[in-house]
Amino acid sequence: MAQERSSPGGGATAVDVAWDELGGLVGAQHLRAAGPGDAVAGVAPRMVAEPGDEKELAAALRWANDAGLAVAPRGGGTKLDWGNAPARLDLVISTARLDGIVEHAWADLTVVVQAGAMIAKVQQALAQHGQRIATDPLWPERATVGGILSTNDSGALRLRFGALRDLIIGVTLALPDGTLAHSGGKVVKNVAGYDLPKLATGALGTLGVITQAAFRLHPVPPGGGRTLTFRAASFSDANRLILSMQDSPLAHTGLQARFTHDAQATVDLRFEGTAAGIEAQCATARKLAAIAVETEESTDVWQARQALWTSPDGVPLCAIAKFSVLPARIAAACEAIRRAADPGGIHWKIVVQGTGLGWIRLESPRADRVHAAISALRAEFERDAGSLFVAHRPAGMATLDAWGSPGDAFPLMLGLKNQLDPRGTLNPGRFVGGI
Amino acid sequence: MDARILQEFRAIVGDSGLITSAEQLHTYECDGLTNFRVMPLAVLLPTSTEQVQKIVHVCHRERIPFVARGSGTGLSGGALPVANGIVISLARMNRILDVDFPNARVVVEPGVINLEVTARVSPKGYFYAPDPSSQSVCSIGGNVAENSGGAHCLKYGFTTTHVLGVEVVLPDGSLVHLGGKTLDAPGYDLSGVFVGSEGTLGVTTKVILRIVKRPECIQTLLAAFPSTREAGAAVSGIIGASIVPAAIEMMDNLAIQAAEAAVHANYPNCGGLLLVELDGPTAEVDALMEQVDEICTKCGGTEIRVAQSEAERAVFWKGRKAAFAAVGRISPNYIVQDGVIPRTALPRIMEEIERLSAEAGIKVANVFHAGDGNLHPLVLYDRRIEGQEHAAEQLALRILEMCIEAGGSITGEHGVGEEKKQMMSKMFSEPDLETMQLVRCAFDPLQLSNPSKVFPRTRLCGEKPGRYEPHPLEVAGIAERF
Repeated sequence: MAQERSSPGGGATAVDVAWDELGGLVGAQHLRAAGPGDAVAGVAPRMVAEPGDEKELAAALRWANDAGLAVAPRGGGTKLDWGNAPARLDLVISTARLDGIVEHAWADLTVVVQAGAMIAKVQQALAQHGQRIATDPLWPERATVGGILSTNDSGALRLRFGALRDLIIGVTLALPDGTLAHSGGKVVKNVAGYDLPKLATGALGTLGVITQAAFRLHPVPPGGGRTLTFRAASFSDANRLILSMQDSPLAHTGLQARFTHDAQATVDLRFEGTAAGIEAQCATARKLAAIAVETEESTDVWQARQALWTSPDGVPLCAIAKFSVLPARIAAACEAIRRAADPGGIHWKIVVQGTGLGWIRLESPRADRVHAAISALRAEFERDAGSLFVAHRPAGMATLDAWGSPGDAFPLMLGLKNQLDPRGTLNPGRFVGGI
Repeated sequence: MDARILQEFRAIVGDSGLITSAEQLHTYECDGLTNFRVMPLAVLLPTSTEQVQKIVHVCHRERIPFVARGSGTGLSGGALPVANGIVISLARMNRILDVDFPNARVVVEPGVINLEVTARVSPKGYFYAPDPSSQSVCSIGGNVAENSGGAHCLKYGFTTTHVLGVEVVLPDGSLVHLGGKTLDAPGYDLSGVFVGSEGTLGVTTKVILRIVKRPECIQTLLAAFPSTREAGAAVSGIIGASIVPAAIEMMDNLAIQAAEAAVHANYPNCGGLLLVELDGPTAEVDALMEQVDEICTKCGGTEIRVAQSEAERAVFWKGRKAAFAAVGRISPNYIVQDGVIPRTALPRIMEEIERLSAEAGIKVANVFHAGDGNLHPLVLYDRRIEGQEHAAEQLALRILEMCIEAGGSITGEHGVGEEKKQMMSKMFSEPDLETMQLVRCAFDPLQLSNPSKVFPRTRLCGEKPGRYEPHPLEVAGIAERF
């Protein structure tokens, strides 16, 4: 224990005092010295605190803020390397013990959950009443509600049900000065006050720590779902197929294209609802997809985004990035990726949704080539009103801003940060423009 | 107003864009909430973003508060002028700038009327989903300010769901673009914060909207029940059966009578009327409509009709959409309320409203977006009878308090505006409101944009000493605070 206390980076006395004060707030047994697994984007903290409720969390945050320490909030820790490396880091505040479902008002189709609740566990509980939060994030069995909100992670369901910003209806935020601020509520329709649930979504914990959130729910479709997969001859054929599905009255709940450097393009389409509805829609879709050939049908295809992170032979040298383009520019974006990757021998995989949001994996032993390809792609997408976010960088790659240009609203974003976190306590340096 | 400043405004918008005469200013002294009235110093009608910027620059320099105004249909006094301030009417910025069907995006100026967007895109089978009852006259800019809803937001979401980006003139006159044509632009979701901020964060000059493909099939069912209690049970039954209708609307007998008198929708004379609209693939809608029919019958529905034509469907809706105005036929004065409750609290709250109404001797007609628990009680009174107005106001207030107590909200779609700002303290704690004010301070440190609305008290930015310290980036000279 004494050895743990003299953790790196601080004088023993100061650390001892800090240890006692913080331990007093969250309970000594819920404070520990940070280990190698606690690093945030490669930067090691000194301590990890696991408060037991939102009041303890707010108190710990306030204590750190007053002491001038930098804090990284953590949920399941699945996306800790998203964003830039923190400029400073002292304390990780984990939401692991805030993991309860506060209220599932199933007859009102709403749920209130604590931030540390694992999304898969929440979904299991909701499923008992035939309901779900209509979202399909990465690693649901490990990711927490607070984590998916802070990183604004969304999958294929977004096309039909909207992003997390459209599903969240209320939030409680712990601010660096210890304030616990509620906004929104637990009813689906509510325009009283500013929409802070949306502000917190995708803010990477730089404005406050999400301690609790309320969501609107959707029924789990009674007849399950069915997936159709089509092979397309080219990027542009795949793009045409996507646009024709989007321009149809079909009510699909998933539409994505998958491309790799060494295989043919495929387009996946998913329907959910009643058996009769699914049957009729599949028939219509097949007519619309006359330019493509239907192939095997498997629900695994919806794991393709997550599969970008997995490699059969250990961790390869790859970068993973999210890009956003207009739906009609998907083919152009994929052409750009091919142009940027092929000459350098970079292997690439793309999974792109009908919304124009896509994910790429660029794999090469030459990190410098991956770096150059990403930089070129970001410039090209930004010229075309799009963006590119780097979620994962290979070891050894030169520093590369994770976010790209925040546009002319950046001074406003900085102003907001200054209002809510004036001392730069929360995740300093990890967000856009060095926020 | 200072003649020099007036001259400066005239130079920006021209003679035809400046209103200063008292009789013309009267038009602007209130919005749809007519019991609050304030005369502005002047009304300006710019025709371009540049003009708006120039106007706001002058306001910022001279510390003149301003209120942006669309069509003035708001029901919470959001566009009520402020004394010593000007009104910026966006009515002349009414062009649809771009229609992009492949990407399902439309770019409009704020003065474009809501229904015009749908009219423009419907030839290709698209529509703009948010449909407030005033959609034939209300503007997109006003919808953005209020985050307007409508009957179909149960399934399709509110204005905020359909706004991808906004161009905004900030209260210091600078121009920013929040969000954009593509999704998930890097940085904070400022478009999400701006929509629904009731004009307190800046002036909208351009909006990027998402349009939606019209579903293959739309069916509307009308069901009559002995009272709202049975109708409410049917709503619970429908939601409980995992059906998400495009809309579920409920009206009580008084509201039905008013609607009938006004537009002859051929509604049955019953205690509780439900309109249930389903849309989607035909096979899906057919199957689900049968279920809805069964649920309504089981819950005591007496007369159940499904619209057989687009014309009949339109008539079903006409009565509902006209309900607010129609109440004017049965009562000289009325207050439109806009509370939200968890839907399951509906029967209890209805009983309570009935009891309070009887106690006070004040009639209440009820129109609800029943699917999402958004109540619109219309509190009827006669101003000429002494004490009635006060009693009606008290009753309306009590209904809102009940909504808060039930875990709901003081406003589902009309906004806080001038009318409900005191209620904010009942719904939110002081720290909650302080936090929202911090957001306001980032956008509008001088509090010039629609000041005195939404919050019960204005808070001077930087009021709490020691809260603001410069960000390390500012100290390092990397970024400047605007």
